[in-house]
Amino acid sequence: MTRLFPHPLLSVVLLVFWLMLQQSAGLGHILMGAIVGTIVPLAARPVIGERVGLRRPLKALQLLGVVLVDVIRSNVAVFLVLLSPRPKPTEGFIEMQLKLSHPLGLATLACILTAVPGSAWLEYDQDRSTVLIHVFDLVDADEWVEIVKTRYESLLLEIFP
Amino acid sequence: MIANLPLWLSILVSAAVVLGSALTLAGCFGLVRLPTFYLRIHAPTMGTSLGGGLILLGSALYFSLTQGRVVFHELAIFVFVTVTTPVTLMLLARATLFRDRVEGGSAVPPSFRKPEPLATEAEMQTGIVETKAD
Repeated sequence: MTRLFPHPLLSVVLLVFWLMLQQSAGLGHILMGAIVGTIVPLAARPVIGERVGLRRPLKALQLLGVVLVDVIRSNVAVFLVLLSPRPKPTEGFIEMQLKLSHPLGLATLACILTAVPGSAWLEYDQDRSTVLIHVFDLVDADEWVEIVKTRYESLLLEIFP
Repeated sequence: MIANLPLWLSILVSAAVVLGSALTLAGCFGLVRLPTFYLRIHAPTMGTSLGGGLILLGSALYFSLTQGRVVFHELAIFVFVTVTTPVTLMLLARATLFRDRVEGGSAVPPSFRKPEPLATEAEMQTGIVETKAD
């Protein structure tokens, strides 16, 4: 079973996406989606080392909610800065140490920080597990690191142990 | 088509589309007007996050209600855009970081990676790079 389906969650997600794109749940589409959901994880096995899975699905939903709120807040904040005739945001680089080392967790954090307009994930160093982040309107670097740690990293550590 | 919708729904759909477009437009203006590369990379993310999200929400709402069934394949667009944006961003950002560090002078944090050994003079002349076995 694990030989045929190395990542059950990935297979299910692929099937759902396939049906969503076809906009139909007909038998033919389900069969085709199942074939895609079987072959793609097998083909991706050399690339994806760990088993794709979530430990705490509810925590993932909570993270989604937190990120949604932050994306809206950050969009409004950046929009207000851009409205001024001569936008002068106080930009800054932040180097922060991460406890998170799971590849999927890091990928998720990179997606979150990029989706939030006020921050951009620039570079990750595996040897020192440090990430370089650029912040659009930096007021207090320590406070910013604390926000990332408490709002995202702690949840991600629970989701991807 | 839009005349068949109740007023409050057309207002909701229009508001989502106009607001989303306004955010995306503001992001594009930001890309042009901001002074440095690192500032510029932030502006277009407004279009890929909330801006694009609101336009897709308006689309999903409108077609769900006019076609009488739940249309949500817009979600796929949103997911793919969200997942692929960091790839492009990191590629551009790391290229710029590399250039700024080589040229020096700007306020870029130094690399924490060990520098790659440069080719020796003999290798440059012959074009043959000797790889040492570990």
